[in-house]
Amino acid sequence: MTGDVLVVGASAAGLATVEALRRKGYAGRVTVLGAEAHLPYDRPPLSKQVLGGSWTPGQAQLRTPDALSALDTEFVLGDPAVRLDAPARTVHTAAGRTLTADAVVLATGLRPRTLPGQDGLAGVHVLRTLDDALALRADLAPGKRAVVVGDGVLGAEIAATGCAMSVAVTLAGPQPAPLAYQFGPLAAGLLAELHAARGVELRLGSAVTGLAAEDGRVTGVRLASGGVLPADVVVVAFGAAPSTEWLAGSGVLCDNGVVCDSRCRAAAGIYAAGDVARWHHEGLDALLRLENRTNATEQAVAVAGNILGEDRPYTPVPYFWTNQFDARIHVHGTLSADAEVSVVEGDPAEGRFVAQYRRGGAVTGVLGWNMPKQARLRRQDIAGAVLAGRP
Amino acid sequence: MKVIVDEAKCCGAGTCVMLAPDVFDQRDDDGIVILLDEHPGEDLHGVVREAASVCPGVAISVSEEG
Repeated sequence: MTGDVLVVGASAAGLATVEALRRKGYAGRVTVLGAEAHLPYDRPPLSKQVLGGSWTPGQAQLRTPDALSALDTEFVLGDPAVRLDAPARTVHTAAGRTLTADAVVLATGLRPRTLPGQDGLAGVHVLRTLDDALALRADLAPGKRAVVVGDGVLGAEIAATGCAMSVAVTLAGPQPAPLAYQFGPLAAGLLAELHAARGVELRLGSAVTGLAAEDGRVTGVRLASGGVLPADVVVVAFGAAPSTEWLAGSGVLCDNGVVCDSRCRAAAGIYAAGDVARWHHEGLDALLRLENRTNATEQAVAVAGNILGEDRPYTPVPYFWTNQFDARIHVHGTLSADAEVSVVEGDPAEGRFVAQYRRGGAVTGVLGWNMPKQARLRRQDIAGAVLAGRP
Repeated sequence: MKVIVDEAKCCGAGTCVMLAPDVFDQRDDDGIVILLDEHPGEDLHGVVREAASVCPGVAISVSEEG
């Protein structure tokens, strides 16, 4: 490929695409378009170190300014893409720019789901961007009552961080325990015990239906089971949707993400990487979209290679980690609540173990609880089909 | 090439170990990165740059000098 490359999205996936292109010897022109004004920064620390205040926002930057300039790439920041013309590979921006390239990479990530009536209500937050994290941090004074809506990874991390900030945190969501639909009763039960022991009030098993408010400020969270959880601050963290609205009418198929072939290609010269990409995983023979940090960069490497003609399928073993209080949990492969779970190393009672998840006799996933290396070493147990590609 | 690791930022994913096991390892007790070779040979430069680029904790950097 000798033409220009345009990367839409200036976060982990977008940056890793550029780095992989340069590493693979691509010397052409590269432009990165970012909706936010910030230089590329990392999102996992937002719910932990940045929210908790142990890191300055600068410490969450993905690269130093020197490292960015070494990429010989133009970063157009603070200007969201608003429209794509896929056959022409032209992107139009909010500020009126028109950018055309020979290859366009869509890496626009996610947008948090919100509750009805949340917009413009004081005291209600989402956490996706650095600005979101700083706004939430400013609102979380010790002694305040915060309700975190969402019992997945993000919600549970925010609850743990808030608790450590001496905020009175309640965690609300439909699952019987945090992450129960993925982790199953053993690991989710331990997570529930951990949160409760550290002072998080768990109000789980009931969906949240909306917010209560007075004079433009949130006062609580309404539960489907009836009743209101009183709150000074509410964090809505119950999932996110791929940022694809701007692709309507573009000629690129969007259905729970940008639909791509096994090469992460959505149309001729159009690729997608990271949270927004829903591609055909050849090992699983299914369309897959992964919202995790390692997928952002590894898929970016695959996209860069395919732009340059490598013509290789992207077949990762999914992986994510989460830190909550003193639990460092690492997950390889796919877990499910109905899997057969066996502890293969360590001991849950001692706060260190590796659990193996099986379905239909095949190992589909591995969870390490404070045993990151031992969990990783068991990736090889995960069913062969998934491991057909690179690690 | 000089490789620099930041143990405080390491999340213990082991991505670097899978890419370049001659350069990186992980501690048994907490999974934090161990740098085995601060000055890897030229044949490893590409994969070490990739490890730095895809490290999910942004814990690896590479200096071309030294």
